[in-house]
Amino acid sequence: MKFVDEFRDPDLAKQILGRISQTVTQPWVIMEICGGQTHAIMRHGLDQLLPDDISLVHGPGCPVCVTPLEYIDKAIRLSLEPSVILTTFGDMMRVPGSEMNLLTARSRGADVRMVYNPLDAVKLARENRDKKVVFFSVGFETTAPNSAMAVSLAKRERLDNFFLLVSHVLVPPAIEALVSSPGNRVNAYLLAGHVCAVMGWCEYEAISTRFKLPMVVTGFEPVDLLSGILAVVEQLESGTSCVENRYERVVTREGNLRARQLIEDVFSIVDRRWRGIGTIPQSGFALSSSYRNYDAETHFGLESHVVNEPANCISGAILQGLKKPPDCPAFGKECHPVSPLGATMVSSEGACSAYYKYALTTQRK
Amino acid sequence: MCLAIPGKLLEVSSENGLRMGRVDYGGTVTTACLEYLPEAEVGQYVVVHAGFGLSVINEAEVERTLAIWKELYESAAQQGVDIHGRKLESDTTTNETPEESG
Ligand code: SF4
Repeated sequence: MKFVDEFRDPDLAKQILGRISQTVTQPWVIMEICGGQTHAIMRHGLDQLLPDDISLVHGPGCPVCVTPLEYIDKAIRLSLEPSVILTTFGDMMRVPGSEMNLLTARSRGADVRMVYNPLDAVKLARENRDKKVVFFSVGFETTAPNSAMAVSLAKRERLDNFFLLVSHVLVPPAIEALVSSPGNRVNAYLLAGHVCAVMGWCEYEAISTRFKLPMVVTGFEPVDLLSGILAVVEQLESGTSCVENRYERVVTREGNLRARQLIEDVFSIVDRRWRGIGTIPQSGFALSSSYRNYDAETHFGLESHVVNEPANCISGAILQGLKKPPDCPAFGKECHPVSPLGATMVSSEGACSAYYKYALTTQRK
Repeated sequence: MCLAIPGKLLEVSSENGLRMGRVDYGGTVTTACLEYLPEAEVGQYVVVHAGFGLSVINEAEVERTLAIWKELYESAAQQGVDIHGRKLESDTTTNETPEESG
């Protein structure tokens, strides 16, 4: 496939790997923020090919994984209202809430529908005026523009039966929180390519300067990932720190200005709780005052209850790069993709599911 | 959610006042909203995330990136070494850079 095969070229990958080996002289810990990159790394076995001095730890960039338990519970509670059609991304269906997941709610009569695009939820609202259609909107800066477009379309069409249940989070405050945490051992970051496609990388420049951190905007193919790793290793070894872009074909410094503008119109920045991590100040979006009428929490009067996680799941430590999935006693035993205990085993971007899917096969090789 | 593979834009249309397009991923065709990509033209490759086009692939950058690696290969290969300065064994494949890039 065009623009894919070139960046999966094994000879080129080998060359870059060789260059990484030649450059590295001491141990470094590098975090890839994005769960999509974690999966790509595991899938191509890149972690096995890198020199021993480089360890990759996996970041919090899995939208499904960091959506707080109380929001899953809220979505389930809403879905059980007879007047409601609850819509969300497929990945959210199997995430365990404190009592059940959305699939179980559906088997108990709730009208829960999977959508690929939030505009499909607007369409449902248009076609079902006697129902209240709620889109459970989760994710990072990559999905925020989509929900922003959906709700602005609903407003334009004066659809008063469309609502968003918003649990959106932002990458830069999460990096700041991780860097400042006492257990932090990460020396450099691979920034999430698609988050930067929307937001650009200006926001990271201040963080890189303040904490003297090499940060490299990185794509998803093996050549992209290795090229990103090479760039951070070169910075680390030379004692420099700045933001570099190694995903030039997709990302520009300013990102997508149209998307950023609509995000700014529709959302305002608020404190958010992250599943497994806790509250991070100014780390997420809520609907701004001009869109309050579309806020499911306000409309349905949903109250927040802080719910505790199952004690045996260490996904919080995994999302902060402090532990890896095989460190979890439940990994592959009580917890596997068919009956997941934590969200990191459910999501197609979760680190536990990546290890379950690929690491076992890599180890066998 | 993070589908990193770019798709080729086949057709642009308008639906409920929004710019939409049909995008082909090597035979699988899906619909995407192109409101954030007013500049995207049929035939170009786009990155789509959860149903929305977020970026048009910059083909000049693809060529530039691949050319940089290719140059490194070749200048090193001419001297009988790989790009890290190690001696090349005879008949290696290091000169095989991907041809089509744009
Ligand atoms: S393996 Fe399962 S129980 Fe362990 S951290 Fe991952 S999701 Fe939680």
